[in-house]
Amino acid sequence: MANKEVTNDEKMPPQGKKEKPMGASGARPTNIKKAMKQLIGYCRKYLAIILLALILGMTGAIFNIVGPDFLSQMTDLIGEGLMAEMDLDAIVHLAVILAILYGLGFLFNYIQGFIMATVTQRVTKRLRADISTKINRLPLKYFDKTSYGDILSRVTNDIDLIAQTMNQSLGMLVTSVTMFLGSLVMMIYTNWIMALSAVLSTIVGFGFMSLIISKSQRHFIQQQKELGKLNGHIEETHAGHDVVKVYNGEKEAKKIFHDINTRLYDSAWKSQFMSGLMMPLMMFIGNFGYVVVCIVGALLVHNGTISFGVIVAFMIYIRLFTQPLSQLAQVATSLQSTAAASERVFEFLREEELADESDKKEKLKTAKGDVEFRNVRFGYSEDKIVINNFTATIKAGQKVAIVGPTGAGKTTLVNLLMRFYEVNDGEILIDGVPISKLTRDNIHNLFCMVLQDTWLFEGTIRENIKYSKDYVTDEQVEEACKAVGLHHFVQTLPQGYDTVLDDKANLSSGQKQLITIARAMVENAPLLILDEATSSVDTRTEALIQKAMDKLMVGKTSFVIAHRLSTIKNADLIMVMKDGDIIESGNHDELLKKKGFYFELYNSQFEHVS
Amino acid sequence: MVKILKHLEKKDSLLILGCLVFIVMQVWLDLKLPDYMYEITMLVQTEGSQMSDILLQGSYMLLCAVGSMGAAIIVGYFAAKVAAGFSVRLRAKVFEKTMSFSMEEINGFSTASLITRSTNDITQIQLLIAMGLQAIVKAPILAVWAIAKIMGKSWQWTAATGLAVAFLILLLSIVIFIAMPKFKIIQGLTDNLNRVTRENLTGIRVVRAYNAEGYQEAKFEKANEDLTKTNLFTTRLMALMQPSMGLIMSGISLSIYWIGAYLIYNAAAVDRLSLFSDMVVFSSYAMQVIMAFMLLSIVFFMLPRASVSAKRINEVLDTEAKILDGNLTAGKEGLAGEVEFKNVSFKYPDAADYILQNISFKAHPGETVAFIGSTGSGKSTLVNLIPRFYDASDGEVLIDGINVKEYSQEALHNKLGYVSQRAVLFSGTVLSNIAYGDNGEDIPDEEMVKKAIEIAQGQEFVEKMEGQYEASVSQGGTNFSGGQKQRLSIARAIARRPEIYLFDDSFSALDYKTDRVLRNALKKEIQNATMLIVAQRIGTIKDADRIIVLDQGKVAGSGTHEELMQTCSVYQEIAYSQLTKEELEVG
Repeated sequence: MANKEVTNDEKMPPQGKKEKPMGASGARPTNIKKAMKQLIGYCRKYLAIILLALILGMTGAIFNIVGPDFLSQMTDLIGEGLMAEMDLDAIVHLAVILAILYGLGFLFNYIQGFIMATVTQRVTKRLRADISTKINRLPLKYFDKTSYGDILSRVTNDIDLIAQTMNQSLGMLVTSVTMFLGSLVMMIYTNWIMALSAVLSTIVGFGFMSLIISKSQRHFIQQQKELGKLNGHIEETHAGHDVVKVYNGEKEAKKIFHDINTRLYDSAWKSQFMSGLMMPLMMFIGNFGYVVVCIVGALLVHNGTISFGVIVAFMIYIRLFTQPLSQLAQVATSLQSTAAASERVFEFLREEELADESDKKEKLKTAKGDVEFRNVRFGYSEDKIVINNFTATIKAGQKVAIVGPTGAGKTTLVNLLMRFYEVNDGEILIDGVPISKLTRDNIHNLFCMVLQDTWLFEGTIRENIKYSKDYVTDEQVEEACKAVGLHHFVQTLPQGYDTVLDDKANLSSGQKQLITIARAMVENAPLLILDEATSSVDTRTEALIQKAMDKLMVGKTSFVIAHRLSTIKNADLIMVMKDGDIIESGNHDELLKKKGFYFELYNSQFEHVS
Repeated sequence: MVKILKHLEKKDSLLILGCLVFIVMQVWLDLKLPDYMYEITMLVQTEGSQMSDILLQGSYMLLCAVGSMGAAIIVGYFAAKVAAGFSVRLRAKVFEKTMSFSMEEINGFSTASLITRSTNDITQIQLLIAMGLQAIVKAPILAVWAIAKIMGKSWQWTAATGLAVAFLILLLSIVIFIAMPKFKIIQGLTDNLNRVTRENLTGIRVVRAYNAEGYQEAKFEKANEDLTKTNLFTTRLMALMQPSMGLIMSGISLSIYWIGAYLIYNAAAVDRLSLFSDMVVFSSYAMQVIMAFMLLSIVFFMLPRASVSAKRINEVLDTEAKILDGNLTAGKEGLAGEVEFKNVSFKYPDAADYILQNISFKAHPGETVAFIGSTGSGKSTLVNLIPRFYDASDGEVLIDGINVKEYSQEALHNKLGYVSQRAVLFSGTVLSNIAYGDNGEDIPDEEMVKKAIEIAQGQEFVEKMEGQYEASVSQGGTNFSGGQKQRLSIARAIARRPEIYLFDDSFSALDYKTDRVLRNALKKEIQNATMLIVAQRIGTIKDADRIIVLDQGKVAGSGTHEELMQTCSVYQEIAYSQLTKEELEVG
């Protein structure tokens, strides 16, 4: 069927974010040769065995091609036996050889298929694994401009497509070409007049077919277009169901729906009809060839030019000849989509990775926690600098609050501290060591971090808290949960700490946040980052989380980004950011006395209330 | 599957009958072909037969081939008409059904799933019907007929053919019973792989911060390995298919000639020629029989998918909307614009806890009543009970003195101007969006639309757009900012001139200044309409005639802003905590 839909079923727009369904099958043969070369490069390890498979496939095809010749000889022997004594031994002899050939052909073909299936799966597995590793090697910058849906569709849709087509096309290509050429040669060798008529009849048939295909293409495109429109209409009607209802817009929605639906009917039956034509047409080409071969053959036999066995042989040749033709057409289209899919996969794998750090010698086992920003300048792109010349010194154990309006660059500061992004200019130092001299792993080990969006994965509560730190004991997990006030809740769950957190798990957003705090707590690093950790929960839960975070902060140098000023009043140092720069800093009382931006921020709220 | 076919109509059965007739004709012609072959064989092998006789038989053969194609094309035409017509009708039924759903049913299915059901799933059924009419009907006829023709000739040949068919069936059952279930498992494993990748992507900062790259990759490796293992099994199994099919095809020819040699060897000299012709023809028939079974196998491959689709479509069609229409069209006189809740409680179906408990209040005509509370306190749910997105579990919701359940929904909705939390725009123009729907009166003209947009503070940006009021709105309103969308959806409510406005957190996407100016304009222009406002910002609702504070589904306080600041601790808490945040956002 021409319309190859990727059934994504229920999960069409995957949860939120900037994802759009990527049409993986949208054949976009940018550079077939290049993509194919890379794909072949991936198969290098298997080249020898692939070659073996192809040779086996070819041999199998050749066995099938010589078959009709044997049949033809058998027929002639039987035909001779009509009038005179039959040479049964010779016939059986031929039949046995042919049976063995067919048997071997089957075996070879299967081995070929088996090898190709295995190689394809191994190669695609490696491709998938490479993409997965690649994700973790790319700078965060990359994800700013790429949607998750796009990457996800490369891991599944594109690779699936490669697997499917590579598995079939390569084998099919070789056997088809062999069959096609082989049967052509055999036909000409057997009888050139018959061969010519067979080839001509097939050409006529296929000419007819391609005419229909080119005609039907238009209806297919039209059908897809109308389907797309219909999709859009259904989507917006359902998404705005409440509005449609209250505004009594049902009639209007139905009218638009019926308009599109009626237009769809027109193109739908036409394209359905056209694609339905393929089969009878293929049949006809077969039949037509068959008839032509029969007639021409009969005439030639009548003349005594050929024996009757030749007709029998040709009846099979004509099938062997037409079959690979349609297969080749299939292979051609599927190779195109393989190329498009591999192009997308390799494009991703070619992306520039994070710099290699294996030569960095400096290492901080642990840190006191002094942090210094020295003339830091940074922009997500060169022409849009968000942090200009930022300088600050923070002493070990201090609580630093970063406040300011959205877009002031608060989170950016954290991104730089963790080296998720590299500074354009200046330097950040921990305990006097520039972080650019340290490996990223090393830096990350010095920090624990709680973010605004509570990220939990499908696994048990225990796994979520331990998260990749094998050295953490179960007791430590429990202790952390007790400290954040989660222990009691966890114990009420039927599976306790082994409760799996999935869609069905009924956790409030506050509880989820507490788990991520416990996760940070068991890491016990000297530095702490809290990036708007409470902004997604309501006031009451916030108080609870605040308490947990206060415990977490003990003895750590902490950076707190907060929306609500009440939570950071007690910070040792408050940095007020605006437009990428610190415009004020000091503690709460000092800043209020200054009567500057912070003062304004803090007080304007009350003006509003009364 | 059968159930869904009941949606076929009378004129379809005529077309299907037509299909049947032409399929029979096609099969007859297909099977006639070898008969002429038989004649030709006889002619060729008989000394002294005329050239013209051979050509005559040949042209009959050609005629058969052409006729068979013609019949097939007609069948294809009928089948396409039936299938496309069926799918169009079914799709319309599904759409009409969903339009009658309340929010409960819509949310039960999810929008994404409803789209797949009305497009992909229906396309599946369409394909099955089109293929089915051609293959399912044809295969048995072809098989039976061809077998009947074969039967009389020689039991040895028939047995050989039977063996080939048995082998074919065995092969297909392997696929259907061993490989098919695996495909389902593969779907699950792919989802799993997807999930792990998504997890890594969404948590990329956490993954990096905890140096957990290795942990994630190990998890991926496991999912990858599971998927690859199952994939390997099925692809290796499926690799068996093609060579086997080839073997069956070539094997049957060989066997027939092989057996034929013995039969002719043992036959009397007179019978030999006709046996020889039979042999040649028989191999053609045998091929037809096998083709018929292969045809059937295609349907077997399609059937499981289509029946899943059919089930999903039936689910939609069988779902009855829980909200039923009343028959009143007008409320009590003199009470136009009054909203009253009497001891209303609400819980979502299947939920254990009540979202709203025992809520009572009354909004008199022309009053503004606001609702505030933390997330999950039930304020949006409360508003949803008025247009009957859901019905109250206990208690009564009264509009104009009459229970909302007694109105026809159309009449009820005509009284309301609803603005949802998430601004909804439809593809079309600004004008068509504002004049959207039907309020039982005239469609708002351009003047009214302009006025509404002006009140909603949208005049400035709309008039800056290309085409102004005729500016196009793309699907989902993606060419507008959040604040602009919200203002347009407010304008849509204003253009409707309702008795009662429902603002479900509609002001949060606006900045402070616009929020205030808009509300002032609303107050000035619309004096006699009742307004119910759900808000998160205290600033938005400070001036309301009455503010109702909700906490965990119960009324925690009610009164004016000043009163509540004195008496209601929940309200104070909200006021203090969020004002700082707001101020920050303004900066």
